[in-house]
Amino acid sequence: MPQPPPQVPPSTITPHARRSGIHLKVNGKPYLHAGDPQMPLLWWLRDYLQLTGTKYACGIGACGACTVLVDGKPEHACLLPMQTLSNRSVTTIEGLEGPDGTLDALQEAWIAEDAIQCGYCQSGQLLAAHALLRTHPHPSDADIDALANLCRCGSYPRVRRAVLRAAAALRRPDR
Amino acid sequence: MNGMDRRHFLKVMLGAGGALIVGFPARHALAASPPVPLALLGDSWTRLNAFVSIEPNGRTLIGARAPEIGQGVRTALPRIIADELDADWTRVEVIPLSLGVEDNDQDQPHWTYGPQFAGGGRNIPAAWADLRRVGATARWLLCEAAAQQWNLPATRLSTSSGRVIAPDGRRLDYGDLASAAAQIDLPNHDIPLKAATDYLLIGQPAGDVDARAIVTGRLQYASDSYWGDGYVAVVARCPYVDGELDHLDDTAARAVAGVEKIVVIPARATLGPIGQVPLAPGVAVLARDTWSALKGRAALALRWRPRHGGAASTTLLAEQAATLLKGEPTARVLTRGDVSKALKAAAHRVEANYEVPFVAHATMEPMHCLARVTADRAHLIVPTQEPRAALEVVRKLTGLDPGSILIELPRIGGGYGRRLDNDYVAEAVLLAQAADKAIKLMWTREDDLTHDVFRPFGLHHLEAGVDRKGRITAWRHHLASTSRLWHRDVPVGALWQSELQPDAWPVVSLPAADLAWFALDFPLWRGAWRSPAHVSSVFAIESFLDEIAHASHQDPLKLRLALLAPSRQISTAHGALDTSRMANVLEAAAHAIDWGQRAPAGHGRGVACAFVAGSYCAHAFEVSLQGGHLRFHRAVAAVDVGRVVNPLGLEAQITGGTMDALSTALKLEITVAHGIVQQRNFPDYPIARRHELPREISVIQMASAASPSGAEDLGVPSAAPALANAVFAARGIRIRTMPIARQLAHLG
Repeated sequence: MPQPPPQVPPSTITPHARRSGIHLKVNGKPYLHAGDPQMPLLWWLRDYLQLTGTKYACGIGACGACTVLVDGKPEHACLLPMQTLSNRSVTTIEGLEGPDGTLDALQEAWIAEDAIQCGYCQSGQLLAAHALLRTHPHPSDADIDALANLCRCGSYPRVRRAVLRAAAALRRPDR
Repeated sequence: MNGMDRRHFLKVMLGAGGALIVGFPARHALAASPPVPLALLGDSWTRLNAFVSIEPNGRTLIGARAPEIGQGVRTALPRIIADELDADWTRVEVIPLSLGVEDNDQDQPHWTYGPQFAGGGRNIPAAWADLRRVGATARWLLCEAAAQQWNLPATRLSTSSGRVIAPDGRRLDYGDLASAAAQIDLPNHDIPLKAATDYLLIGQPAGDVDARAIVTGRLQYASDSYWGDGYVAVVARCPYVDGELDHLDDTAARAVAGVEKIVVIPARATLGPIGQVPLAPGVAVLARDTWSALKGRAALALRWRPRHGGAASTTLLAEQAATLLKGEPTARVLTRGDVSKALKAAAHRVEANYEVPFVAHATMEPMHCLARVTADRAHLIVPTQEPRAALEVVRKLTGLDPGSILIELPRIGGGYGRRLDNDYVAEAVLLAQAADKAIKLMWTREDDLTHDVFRPFGLHHLEAGVDRKGRITAWRHHLASTSRLWHRDVPVGALWQSELQPDAWPVVSLPAADLAWFALDFPLWRGAWRSPAHVSSVFAIESFLDEIAHASHQDPLKLRLALLAPSRQISTAHGALDTSRMANVLEAAAHAIDWGQRAPAGHGRGVACAFVAGSYCAHAFEVSLQGGHLRFHRAVAAVDVGRVVNPLGLEAQITGGTMDALSTALKLEITVAHGIVQQRNFPDYPIARRHELPREISVIQMASAASPSGAEDLGVPSAAPALANAVFAARGIRIRTMPIARQLAHLG
């Protein structure tokens, strides 16, 4: 019975071709989407990455529950087909927490103000506020009024306080 | 409601690894004596019905039995237990409990955790009645264990922050005592509860126990759960409020990648009643992921036809109601004294009609249900406010025994009464059976808004007579409405019960009163919507009191306070109404907006109050109108809910209820044309955004030692009339129809 040849390393190594599909980063990690390029980011995040902090509530960009940051800017994940996201970088609510469990200033502020109620819209509220504070470190009441995220439970006053609290914390020199 | 019959028979068990477990007993475990060691049953504490489990390392698990819909019970209920236990709250982990059910001897459900529901503000009163004993029992056992170890009488020991303390200062951690405590027999006598002066957690503010999980995106709502091997289902439902499938071609839908199955849900007539709300006829698309299911649904070629309700239209409804009110009532709800005679003799007669539209619940998390059904088991993950009714739906469809049905109850993205009906549970179970596959049913926003169980439409006609001294001598309240009890196995003569309250304030205190209800027929399904009858009636009654005050040249606050004096207790179906507690919240709210002092030019102030489920609320707003644009300058709510368990939670409830009530009163309405609901998503159903509502609401909480009553939805009923009254004070324009905003826009 012939013996199998001994395992020898190949003389040359050919790398796999880059697989076709949409390459993008989510919360700093590289991903490949090889499915339907029309699939909205929302359903890809939820069904395939199990990143379910991004919520569905209207599907037409009217409520903000699915707000994510794409290259730092707030976007409605329900309106973004995967094909628009090639080589872009998406941050979801799950991406705000540090690897050691440290929280972002907004997350801290949301807990401190107990801006929760049913909680379903809060990840979208928080990411929209995140984007606001990047451009408006001293947000006025009118700036906060302009956050268009819907809340059905009436958490708006506490969200307002949380945004102001986070803004103050982020301005502290030790941060 | 036999869930409470064993509340006095708490159960103690030794858990795996020496944990002390206290809970209501499982029926089978109760039969076994001595208790079966947990290690033999597997370390499944939900099966053992435990509310408290103290592990040797001191970690304390407390079970939360009520579904959390944002009303704060998952925080408040465990704190009621933890306070009696003298637990260290920082080491408490709250565990959401599934529906506690097993089979009794007749294969009927035996509820093992006592009441499990969300709604009506009943959870804290229920917990006050039974859950404090759970904590007190665990604490008693731990003290006994320490007493044995130290050889001291237990009566000389105290407890604090998860430790037992001896008179000489020695301390033992609860964790170190847990396994010894679990082997001590319960006493024959009642274990005393704490004196109120000893409360450490009750009355102190506490943030939501799920806050961290929510702001990190880690908390899983039912809609965030997946079966892994299951299908996602979306349903194309008949758009007619009463209609059926006329034609279906699913060729294109079947061709969509990822679509696995198409299931036709037959017309409601052929299905028979499942639960109380029958299913809309529909075509379900079952697919490997959500996007494929949605694409598949969009690819269905469908034609529907109306049945009886094809011409249904809400524009005709107000006219029909007005005509009805001129005829004979369906039910005479209250006749006291001679109203007609008293009206004739009155110095002032006041008369007005108020119209309240259909509205939707629009929970941010739309209806979802995960269902896995096999021949001998069913497993559901479902956001429901009535888990027991969900269980009945599963039983009816599967024939399974209660003990073979597991219903998980994750945190819920809003309820407001929508999830008291379990129609979506029936859909999911039917689809799981039809596909022989685990199903995740999801409703889109369009499904949710067009197939809700809506708050009823109502046209209120009020008449009152006032004597020369300004006293109300006669009161007539006639209501034509689409009762929410319609088609729910309630006889026609009792349909008024969800619509009008014969013991409502102030009618309960007036010498002559005539309340009557007129049945208005409409094919749209109706359901409970936050403080059901109050929302509609309080808007009419509290607006009308304002009109009476102005017509008889009285101050609206003084008129109300005069009705409430002298202080007395009035018995109602919702507990005793203490008029001094009502007067106190009114005065507190009015004082906070400087009632009686001159308002800035163009500003107007309004007050209103409500008695809901044993609790009291008064709202006071100061508003102005600039170019038809409403501005809130001050917003106050004063509440008395008896003893406050969690002031931070109460503030959230009242603020939230006020916001939602204002949003709904200002902007929201469901209309039907040609038998089809016209609102499909938030652009047509525009829940108010931040800039349209008060930036802050000051919530005044009255100190009280009375037993806690409900706070859920308490902030809703009096907000809309206080707003309408403030608008009148600002501009002299009386708002009698909701929604309000577009009427204000015409004012310019």
